[in-house]
Amino acid sequence: MSTVLIIFYILSAITLSMAFLAVFTRNPIHSAIYLVVCMMSIGGHFLLFNSQFLAIVQIIVYAGAIMVLILYTIMLMDLNKEHEVHRPRVTRLVAIILFSLTCIILILIFINSDPVAGTIDRYDNFGEDFQSIKKLGKVLLNEYLVPFEYASILLLTAMIGAVLLSKKEKPGK
Amino acid sequence: MNNILNEIGIENYIYLAVILFSIGVFGVLYRRNAIIVFMSIEIMLNAVNLLFVAFSTYHQDAEGQVFVFFSMAVAAAEVAVGLAILVSVFRNIGSIDIGKLKNLKG
Repeated sequence: MSTVLIIFYILSAITLSMAFLAVFTRNPIHSAIYLVVCMMSIGGHFLLFNSQFLAIVQIIVYAGAIMVLILYTIMLMDLNKEHEVHRPRVTRLVAIILFSLTCIILILIFINSDPVAGTIDRYDNFGEDFQSIKKLGKVLLNEYLVPFEYASILLLTAMIGAVLLSKKEKPGK
Repeated sequence: MNNILNEIGIENYIYLAVILFSIGVFGVLYRRNAIIVFMSIEIMLNAVNLLFVAFSTYHQDAEGQVFVFFSMAVAAAEVAVGLAILVSVFRNIGSIDIGKLKNLKG
């Protein structure tokens, strides 16, 4: 086994176990912290692919911004007092069955469709640069300039919407 | 540098992403706390992002990574608006148990 494979297995184990713990833990704050570790390990996967830009963005945006936002919301709501009621047993059973079904069906689809067949020679790197920040910036600002601008409009709209939604209404009105 | 998929293989990444996505589906169905449901949606988005990057490396094409960048922007916007909605739901109802949001039931 090569070193890269061992690193991949360790990272995958961290990713999957942390995602599972984040879903299962009762305390929402612990759940958020497990999710931070999960996002960081996905950033590690990106680094393993040598896509430095996405690894950095993953850690800044997901593990940084989004999780801080979620943690602040949890603290704002003060959920520690009330204990979350479990769903009824039937619903939980259905959830577990659906989980296994999704897993099995998707994996079977991928096995049967066999995306690897026929293109095995594409594994080889021809030495051309396709994922450095320089190349990514050129693709982003040449071919995807319009969607890039739309993304900025989307973020602006989201910001205005979030401020409007979370503003307290005045009692007199 | 040697391509990383030579040593790991795209199948392993497909399996990892599928299991991660299923964990997200499971979390949405299993939990009642709306914030945890939110986090499960983030897990699902991340599974898809991971597969995007894997196939972008597989096809030696930068455009997959550009799409991941856009999906991250959309996820950030989604989280901001969604959490604002959750805060206002908490103000009105006093809890974020999704079993209690029955106003549309009639």
